[in-house]
Amino acid sequence: MSAGVGVDLENLWIRFGDFVAVRDANVNINGGDFFSFLGPSGCGKTTILRAVSGFLEPSEGNVLIGGKNMRGIGPNKRPTALIFQNLALFPLMKVWENITFSMEIKGASSAERRKRADELLDMIALPEQGDKLPSELSGGQRQRVAIARALCAEPDVLLLDEPLSALDLKLRQHMRTELREIQKRVGITFIYITHDQGEALTMSDNIAVMRAGVIDQIANGKTIYNDPNTAFAASFVGENNVFRGKVKQVMGNEALIATNRSGDLVARISTTNQGKMKEGDDAMMFVRPEAFAIAPDGASGDHFVTARVNHEEFEGNAFNIFTEGEGGKEIKVSIPNHGQSFDDHTGQNITLEYETHNAVIVPAGELAAE
Amino acid sequence: MNNSFLRISIWVYLVLFFLYLLGPLVIMSITAFNSSGFPRMSPWECLTFQWFGELFQDQRILNGIKNSLIIGLGTVVLSVAMGLAGALMLTQIWPKLRATYYTVIIAPILIPGVVLGISTLVFWDRINRMLGLGADSFLSNGIFLTVIGQSTFIASYCMLVLVARLQRYDMALTEAALDLGATHAQAFRKILLPFMRPAIASAAVLAFLASFENYNTTTFTFGEYPTLTIELAQKVRYGITPAISALAFIIVALTVFFALLNEAKLKRQELVAAARKNATVEELAGKIKLPSFFAGNMAAVLLVVFAIATITVVGTATAYDPGQCIADVREQKQLEAEQRIQELRKQREERREQREAEEAEQGGAQSTPKPSNNSGFGNVFAPNSLGGDEGESDDGSSDADPAPSNNSGFGNVFDPNSLQNDE
Repeated sequence: MSAGVGVDLENLWIRFGDFVAVRDANVNINGGDFFSFLGPSGCGKTTILRAVSGFLEPSEGNVLIGGKNMRGIGPNKRPTALIFQNLALFPLMKVWENITFSMEIKGASSAERRKRADELLDMIALPEQGDKLPSELSGGQRQRVAIARALCAEPDVLLLDEPLSALDLKLRQHMRTELREIQKRVGITFIYITHDQGEALTMSDNIAVMRAGVIDQIANGKTIYNDPNTAFAASFVGENNVFRGKVKQVMGNEALIATNRSGDLVARISTTNQGKMKEGDDAMMFVRPEAFAIAPDGASGDHFVTARVNHEEFEGNAFNIFTEGEGGKEIKVSIPNHGQSFDDHTGQNITLEYETHNAVIVPAGELAAE
Repeated sequence: MNNSFLRISIWVYLVLFFLYLLGPLVIMSITAFNSSGFPRMSPWECLTFQWFGELFQDQRILNGIKNSLIIGLGTVVLSVAMGLAGALMLTQIWPKLRATYYTVIIAPILIPGVVLGISTLVFWDRINRMLGLGADSFLSNGIFLTVIGQSTFIASYCMLVLVARLQRYDMALTEAALDLGATHAQAFRKILLPFMRPAIASAAVLAFLASFENYNTTTFTFGEYPTLTIELAQKVRYGITPAISALAFIIVALTVFFALLNEAKLKRQELVAAARKNATVEELAGKIKLPSFFAGNMAAVLLVVFAIATITVVGTATAYDPGQCIADVREQKQLEAEQRIQELRKQREERREQREAEEAEQGGAQSTPKPSNNSGFGNVFAPNSLGGDEGESDDGSSDADPAPSNNSGFGNVFDPNSLQNDE
């Protein structure tokens, strides 16, 4: 899988006037990886993509593609192809002309282009649609045509700017699988921009979580989900319950924190913060809804939380319990449904239990907006 | 009652409005077919196509049309290019400067054409002198100056048309082309230009029409190359003939034709698009049923009617010979003229006789000139022939076909040849 061309961002700063869009980004993307930049809108991820594709010169630092510095090289000279958020298919060209635009530029004959277009149309499972106009295709079909057009240019790196955001949920989920398959088949580096953590987690080899121009964490999906290194990463990726407090005692890889409302709790310190946190630090503890279990009444200790149930709902694959939490924020508990009986706890106090290695402590920081 | 009154008023208003709009055009068109030597609709004399023939033999008019076409084409090229550049600039310029830039670029539309014409002339004359070129240099060439002068404001019109389309252009398309390896020139030529094509066509038509009809700027710059409008204006000074009506008719007909053609085409595209949409809904992909050309396409129907009418008119024109009618009318006129002359002569004769009688009374033995029968006037002044003549002209006014004969009492008086002979 390392046959592809890697992309490196070195001390990348991008400023627009006084506004810093990207602050000192350092990223190494391995060749052949499916790499995602994940962050809320306005965090600078599209700016990074434009810097990689060459539409934007970084204010400081360098973009390296395959080890080669790209400064001063225009977008038409870079071995990248970008799939635009709105796809930017050429509305006046037929599908096959769209797909083979990069060949037309190089002066390929019409027959050659037709042949290549048919190959690519087969690959994206749209055979015999070459003579239609983009406006005559459905959203998902247009999506695939955009991918084929980009692939036709035979780029070393394919850049995708939230290409699925305009699709409906079903199609989005289908396209995730399809994109991943295409990436595996062609074996080139994909750089994917998204604000949807589901997309990032399901498709990516590695993910960079971004917040306001800063990259918080770069890791594979599992690590980001289970072992976030900042409060933002923990709260942005997946659902998470937050408990604020101060570190009371550090015990190797674990720490005891005195929370504002739920007493003293123990949890694992996230890997990158191990050894950096000390007593008295402001900390946040995160517990995933599915990491909680209902404990027998009266149980207590440093991994038990008591709470009053506000309401419950049945989601199909799980029962969700919403209890009163800190500062008006609810604690969500998700009990997997495997056919067990389930009592209604509304209005009651219940004790929740978690295993210490399933909860994670990070230094206190900014949370992702809901 | 109230409602029907309202409806009638609306109809009356509409009729008046369209009369006001189209009436002059209709009347002018009709005069092109009247054989009267002055463009007028009544009295109607004869249906004739001679003015068209005369139009196409008028070297000044033909030369004017030629110059207008050359200048029109030059203006189209220059104005559309400048308009497109201006429009592109408007989308690229810093947002803060945009309003100012827009005002500056629109300003020529608000400046009187006369001012533009004079300033063009003065400016290029100055440049011409600075470069030390003579009066016959390219920079003082009438065509060059007119194209430049007209383009100063026509380019602004073009820009307005082009900006409207450009605002709907997705800049991401250019970026996508660049990203796929195109150079800026390729992206412009293969993506932006095709997108702009409809607007460019509109702007070109607009520019051509504006150039073709322009007078007030051109009047200062045309030099040795008068355009059609200039020629017409000069002609009017010496009196106009229905040949100008014929020209107007041709222009009106061409305008109507192209307007209908365009309308029919647009409507057709609309219908095709609608049919395609239905097809995808019904999943009939690949089997798109095109509507027949006329279904729901009023403009196409009108176009065909118009074309048939044109063919009929042209066919009639080639087959129809108004010579007889014109000859008749001419004779009719001659008769009227003769009658008037006759009356004058009669009055003069009476006065002369009166005078003679007075002289006779005075007993003067002076000799009076006697009219001789062998003069060019024939027997006009013979009392006998006078009587006969009066009878005949009465016939002429009552009879539809007077068929005057040369052996009338007038002899060959009004035969141009005899007049010449006489002189």
